[in-house]
Amino acid sequence: MSADFKQNHFDLFGLPRRFRLDAAALDHAWRTIAAEVHPDRHAQGGEADKRVALMMTTRVNEAYRTLKSPVSRARYLLSLAGVDTQEETNTSMPVDFLMEQIEWREAIEDASASRDTAGLEKLGAELHQETVALQNELAAALDDNNDLDRAAVLVRKCRFMEKLGQEIDDAVEDALS
Amino acid sequence: MSLLQIAEPGLSTAPHQHRNAIGIDLGTTNSLVATVRSGSATVLPDENGNALLPSVVRYLDESGSVEVGHAAQHEQSRDPGNTIVSVKRMMGRGLADIDEVGTQPYRFVDAPGMAQLVTRAGIKSPVEISSEILKKLKHRAELSMTGDIAGAVITVPAYFDDAQRQATKDAAQLAGLSVLRLLNEPTAAAIAYGLDNAAEGIYVVYDLGGGTFDVSVLRLSRGVFEVLSTSGDSALGGDDFDHRIYCWALEQAGLSSLSPSDSRLLLTCARKAKETLSEDLETRLTALLSDGQAVDLVLTQAEFRAITQQLVTKTLLPVKKALRDADIGVEQVNGIVMVGGATRMPPIQQAVADYFGQLPLNNLDPDKVVALGAAIQANKLAGNKQDDDWLLLDVTPLSLGIETMGGLTEKIIPRNSTIPIARAQEFTTFKDGQTAMSIHVLQGERELVSDCRSLAHFVLRGIPPMVAGAARIRITFQVDADGLLSVSAREQTSGVAASIEVKPSYGLSDQDISRMLTDSMSHVRDDIEARKLREAQVGAESLLEATRGAMRADGDLLEDHEHTAIEQAITATIDAVSSQNTRAINEAVNRLNQITEPFAGRRMDRNVQRALKGQNIGEL
Repeated sequence: MSADFKQNHFDLFGLPRRFRLDAAALDHAWRTIAAEVHPDRHAQGGEADKRVALMMTTRVNEAYRTLKSPVSRARYLLSLAGVDTQEETNTSMPVDFLMEQIEWREAIEDASASRDTAGLEKLGAELHQETVALQNELAAALDDNNDLDRAAVLVRKCRFMEKLGQEIDDAVEDALS
Repeated sequence: MSLLQIAEPGLSTAPHQHRNAIGIDLGTTNSLVATVRSGSATVLPDENGNALLPSVVRYLDESGSVEVGHAAQHEQSRDPGNTIVSVKRMMGRGLADIDEVGTQPYRFVDAPGMAQLVTRAGIKSPVEISSEILKKLKHRAELSMTGDIAGAVITVPAYFDDAQRQATKDAAQLAGLSVLRLLNEPTAAAIAYGLDNAAEGIYVVYDLGGGTFDVSVLRLSRGVFEVLSTSGDSALGGDDFDHRIYCWALEQAGLSSLSPSDSRLLLTCARKAKETLSEDLETRLTALLSDGQAVDLVLTQAEFRAITQQLVTKTLLPVKKALRDADIGVEQVNGIVMVGGATRMPPIQQAVADYFGQLPLNNLDPDKVVALGAAIQANKLAGNKQDDDWLLLDVTPLSLGIETMGGLTEKIIPRNSTIPIARAQEFTTFKDGQTAMSIHVLQGERELVSDCRSLAHFVLRGIPPMVAGAARIRITFQVDADGLLSVSAREQTSGVAASIEVKPSYGLSDQDISRMLTDSMSHVRDDIEARKLREAQVGAESLLEATRGAMRADGDLLEDHEHTAIEQAITATIDAVSSQNTRAINEAVNRLNQITEPFAGRRMDRNVQRALKGQNIGEL
């Protein structure tokens, strides 16, 4: 770790720079660093110590969050390679994918309207499976084939799936209350 | 023969003197103060041996003299308008946010963001009222220790938003307390419980207080308390159960609207009934109203269960949400820690046991556990030597976002992010030559601005005039370890740091606080100056000692010229301390801090590398 913050997240935690990640190793490294730099450890230090502690902890927490989620990890790896996933600007997706999205949406709306919590949970489980499949493809694209363009498309697909997941969560919460 | 170290005259000779630190549970119904003494946390009682201080403040006359605690509580039915109960429910809240305003005996005044109360001592803000409770606890602590109180950890519901937290901090400032940390109540309870039982695993803290409900899911592992998620309802608590009984009683007795004192009388009866039903199968409510009518009703446990069923179910919603957010199943939970007097109610114990499929943990006194946890953290943050080495990783409970086009919010920092955390977002200008920009910051999960809590409006000025869309303004949102937000901004192309004017959407400005401080001061002006000087000296001495220690341990990280520069700053600080001039001391201390900041960074790097290597060796 370096205080000038130029290090990338993987180097920060001493992890290999790739998509496939040992989650336990990440957790362990994060907690080890946090234990050293957390502001609570430096509450009696001078202002300089406290400021540095706050900056470092913030940095470490942000790095952890980025690497922990598969989608943000992939996005980050692409950004390190200079590839922008264009999630905000590029809305063109394969037609069959968009058709599936419409079907998903309809299924969620139907289940939501009839407050079918069990149905929504089932949709959530199916979505989870599809997301895992996408993540496996991401691993292949990034780690095995170095196919960055394909990886960018996959990240955009994952983003769509994340939004569906959010809708299911919100619908379940509404149905429960 | 080793040489005895003799310190310079006038500087502290005891390197690890114990610093007095306290933990305060500022509760809706009752408040407590605790401290760590001889290695264990203990609650400090009043002169009658009472640990709990009822959170009741009564204004006695126009000059603002107050009664706080049992004495005030005793008078609440006789003087309901001036005896403020459950002020915590009003902290950081506008009039529209306060539930059941109609049944409360207070006269409210709507002020920007936070409602105020009309009392015989004038208009009082919930911040001032809360500070009276804190003052009383501070006094109680001072009586039981020698020397000044170095600082306090004050607990807040985990689900308190930025406005409510800031109000709590302001109240502490008014009471003359230095706040070491605002600590989330369930986390405080987890610390007390976890350290006491050397617990490991996934724990849920179910904290039902007088006015607030919090659920936190934590992972306890090798001394690290990591909050995985937190949820709750900052307007649900034991008071609501009292209210149900009150409404039931009105219905049963065929009464409609009561006078303020009768209302308060009946609510007090309702509360007693609720408490009795935790032990007995039935209880009797008796009250003599001001018009001579008598209320005499019998309430059974079964009936109580029926009329409060909906409230109990309501508590399970945040439980489910917290588990979902933490991605933890019910079967993975090792234990449920019950916090808050209201968890003694049998329907609550039953509902929790049913939901989790295991009996909840009640072995720590649910009234005291939060204060004890706060004291343990205060002890650590004050710098006293620790037996256990532990670390707390807490989260922000609510998402932070900004208003975008069309009254929608965009989330910048998601809920349950480990704090401290910072996120940056880039913005650009809308018109040619635009030099200012207004940003509306909100807290909450919903998409519409109107469904979220408004935190502040930031106006950025000093943007260099450019073509529309050319400016790249990076705004950084930071949530600190207290869960409070701060914002900074920088125009990237020119490097100009835009100045930010923060208009908090709630309550008190700096001027309000200064005025309140002056109003409440009972010290003579000289005393204040003397105290400031002493604080500056102690702070400087502490920093000198820490800097010298750092130089001894890691001086090899410095170049010769850096060494010299730091030594010069040290000498300047020593001179300033003996000059007895507060301003000179503060300036010297600032300089020393500035100049040692890069050194602090390098030292921290080194420690991190060591820790990571140590971890790797441990794996071999």
